[in-house]
Amino acid sequence: MKIFVTVKQVPDTSGKVAVKPDGTLDRASMATITNPDDMNAVEAALKIKDETGCRVIAVSMGPMTAESMLRELMAMGVDEGLLISGREFGGSDTYATSQIIAAGIDHYGLEPDDIIFSGRQAIDGDTAQVGPQIAEKLHIPQVSYAGEVTKAGNKLTVKRMLEDGYMTVEVETPCLITCIKELNEPRYMSVSGIDGCFDKPLIIYDYNELKDHPLIDPTTIGLKGSPTNIYKSFTPPQKGAGRMLTGSAKETAKELASVLSEKHLI
Amino acid sequence: MILDAKHAMLQKLFREFAQTEFTKELQDRLDQTGEFDWDIHKKMAKYGFMGLRIPKEYGGSGMDYLAYALMIEELARVDAVLSIYANTSNSLGGGPLLLAGSEEQKKKYLPPVASGEKIVVFCLTEPGAGSDAGGTTTTAVQDGDDFILNGRKTFVSGAPMADWAIIFAKTDPTARGSRGISMFILDMKLPGVTLGAPEKKMGINGYPTCDIVMENVRVPGDCLVGQLNKGFSIAMRTLDGGRLGMAAQAVGIAQSCLDEAVKYAKERKQFGRPISDFQGVSFMLADMEAEIQAARQLVYHAAELKDHNMDATRACSAAKLIAAETANRCAYKAVQIHGGYGYIKEYKVERLYRDARICSIYEGTSQIQQVVIAADLLKNA
Amino acid sequence: MTKDFNSADIAAFKNVWVFCEQRGGELMPTDFELISEGRKLADELGVELCGILLGDGVDGIAKELGGYGADKVYVFNSPLLKNYTTDAYTKVICDAVEEFKPEVFLIGASNIGRDLAPRCAARLHTGLCVDCTHLDVALDGYIEFLKNSSSMDLEGMKWDSPLFDVHRNLKMTRPAFGGHLMATIVCPRFRPAMATVRPGVMQKRPFDQAKADAVQIIKPSFELAETDLKTKVTEVVKSAKKMADLIGAEYIVAVGGGIASNVDKGIALAEELAAELGGVVGASRPVIDAGWMSADHQIGQTGKTVRPKVYIALGISGAIQHKAGMQDSELIIAVNKNEAAPIFEIADYGICGDLFEVAPQLIAEIKAAKAAK
Repeated sequence: MKIFVTVKQVPDTSGKVAVKPDGTLDRASMATITNPDDMNAVEAALKIKDETGCRVIAVSMGPMTAESMLRELMAMGVDEGLLISGREFGGSDTYATSQIIAAGIDHYGLEPDDIIFSGRQAIDGDTAQVGPQIAEKLHIPQVSYAGEVTKAGNKLTVKRMLEDGYMTVEVETPCLITCIKELNEPRYMSVSGIDGCFDKPLIIYDYNELKDHPLIDPTTIGLKGSPTNIYKSFTPPQKGAGRMLTGSAKETAKELASVLSEKHLI
Repeated sequence: MILDAKHAMLQKLFREFAQTEFTKELQDRLDQTGEFDWDIHKKMAKYGFMGLRIPKEYGGSGMDYLAYALMIEELARVDAVLSIYANTSNSLGGGPLLLAGSEEQKKKYLPPVASGEKIVVFCLTEPGAGSDAGGTTTTAVQDGDDFILNGRKTFVSGAPMADWAIIFAKTDPTARGSRGISMFILDMKLPGVTLGAPEKKMGINGYPTCDIVMENVRVPGDCLVGQLNKGFSIAMRTLDGGRLGMAAQAVGIAQSCLDEAVKYAKERKQFGRPISDFQGVSFMLADMEAEIQAARQLVYHAAELKDHNMDATRACSAAKLIAAETANRCAYKAVQIHGGYGYIKEYKVERLYRDARICSIYEGTSQIQQVVIAADLLKNA
Repeated sequence: MTKDFNSADIAAFKNVWVFCEQRGGELMPTDFELISEGRKLADELGVELCGILLGDGVDGIAKELGGYGADKVYVFNSPLLKNYTTDAYTKVICDAVEEFKPEVFLIGASNIGRDLAPRCAARLHTGLCVDCTHLDVALDGYIEFLKNSSSMDLEGMKWDSPLFDVHRNLKMTRPAFGGHLMATIVCPRFRPAMATVRPGVMQKRPFDQAKADAVQIIKPSFELAETDLKTKVTEVVKSAKKMADLIGAEYIVAVGGGIASNVDKGIALAEELAAELGGVVGASRPVIDAGWMSADHQIGQTGKTVRPKVYIALGISGAIQHKAGMQDSELIIAVNKNEAAPIFEIADYGICGDLFEVAPQLIAEIKAAKAAK
């Protein structure tokens, strides 16, 4: 049994976000982090590893610089990194990305008792598509929005969160689970983990490694293989500054109340 | 110094841990109650902080001095007292055992210290022997296989929580000064060991400090660490490493002062603009930044020397001297930039000002560092 | 997938579809928003608008969809469709899409819609744009939208594309990078063009009883067996605690990190103010992260998108992630101690002050103003 975790290195949008004049993101000037929901997926996998001793493999598609993220995950306890990287994969939308990651996992070898954990969504795109689409391409069931996961044998019981409650869903391996923030509290790296992480295996799959896989051909990957295109991208307008009310708390409150009253809002 | 990938990752771990775990609530509670917090101590141990410098065969992770300096700096940058939590086992507490302990002693004492279950503290200072550690009056008299300890150690950081204490005691009353001193590891539960009341300190609250009093304490012979009558040089070598840690702590405190000052100077508006627009303020910030950079490089350099097993006595003292004075100057400026708000407890710089003050006092005052540097300088001149 | 289905055969696709989600046999409010928006798109394309409804004995609720603009509703009943499962819903929907070939397919971006849509898109081999906040077919309407909603210089902008017909393709606009950027996405080479739409974003039309009576209910035959389901739903639990009903609220009082010095009092004041206005209480992310309020109160990029008549922000600094979820509110009032707080940049009225002082006064003044009327 082994667990794959899909992870993505993303710009840290919680800090300063730099936008170039043409309306695209200036990624070079921004710090990168491991996508937050993916950290919950990693923790979910490591928890099962703590109990069963199974192997955990972090899978990412991206530039070679994503190695730094994979090493950090290894310092948390992940056993192995699988980085899918190649010029041919560039420009992929979520559909093409799912196809490539699915091919990578299949090429590595997905066995009947394996699990794939993904984060619910990435903060750079918020698409939440890649997990379900990998599951579809691998013909395995998915359970998204996992708020609790328990495992007994090959059966997983998942508390699948809804806006107004939850469902309890049972699913058997192999399956894909997408994880949300509420699922767990990701652990930190540890000192000894950092000491050992540079000696753990990092596997690189480039285009040549995957090109014979049935899911990979020039019409299914990269820009050409992406069903969606960006038509325009732009920054939202800054709303004009409003009015600052001055005076004591009582005076400003009185003025506000009269504004609301005039506008027939109370 | 440009950090390699491993040290950069360690720095990131310490920074993330401190920023997330050292909540404002925890910091305030430590400062207000002065009480030790076992939860955060155990959590730090879980991630390997307590055993950072302790070799792997004794349950630690065997990291180098640079990693140690980075840890203390990053933890102190968020909360000075919590950097002490992770310091003792790697420095004054664990250090003497590593330097002089027998294999049995290391195997017995270090693993529970590395895992955070047990705490070992360092006792050198006495009411009448501070900077002049040679003036030790605590005695250990051999009685069969045992030793009988009598005396009082003062300002022992961590004494109330300690399971064991490293005690320096005179074993040869005829020897003068620093000679004839031996080192013992004392089980704090032994009959005759009592604690003084916790000191009410200006800062570094949350890691209680008190006296340890020994009255006819019978200590088994296997608690002697290192050779009889040769304890003082171990104490001095331990302090070398300790100074490095305290220098790193001072850099962390200084950086925290700068962080707070920059944030405030950009927020606070006077005369219609942020006060950072005024050179009277921005030049203070520039001075702080320049001094912190200098102090930090001294610390990293001293760590590097130690990691290469080179003589680091002068470098450690220089780093401690400069970093401690920098922390004090930065604390002064940070409070100054905050004006009246810096004098009230709502703002962090008020505590930083109190915490910084100890930097130039403990583990050798700035004046003692000058003595060490001068002696080393003149010896080799 | 049936052998003759080809998602690239664009000419074969026609009509706008809306997936109408039901839970426990009841339609979701978002269904009506999507049907209303779908009506606009269908009119711009000159085609029919169809709802697609899956459940167990849900014929009775289908008609209501007509009242908001649906011409037809495809209904699929089966005990296996009673509760949502990815496998059953994906199969029935994809089979129907392959049979009836809609050109546009809208799905609400609920936790269920966001599970279903990508899986369907992957099976149908087509493009999906998730979490859309604006949809256009007509180019004029799109340009008009950009005039108000972008900082782009539209003068001399090139609108045509050599790759696709800009007048016929669905233009799907969504926030990216936490709302720092907006992107308009097209799906030019495959059909249906799929979009999920954030709840609360689209405007619901007035209900039209005549249209509701006229709606055509179609029940196509379909195949679904127990063996198609790889997951088993063992229970569905509705949260006992009433979830914050932010979507659709006309008045929202939201609290932020500014309540830290007295969390209970801060929340109590917000509740009192909200009650006085007949509204509900929301919060920014720090409040949720600190565990002061439950996640259903969260407004912002990772929480809910709201557009009330009045939005009162108490002690919210206004990080861009928060603004993304509330900046379309009609009237924004902000109270914050820090006069440099970014929330003031979008507030219509700002008070630089302590919320613990201002909020009680505001409650009193609103009471007085109401009494005076």
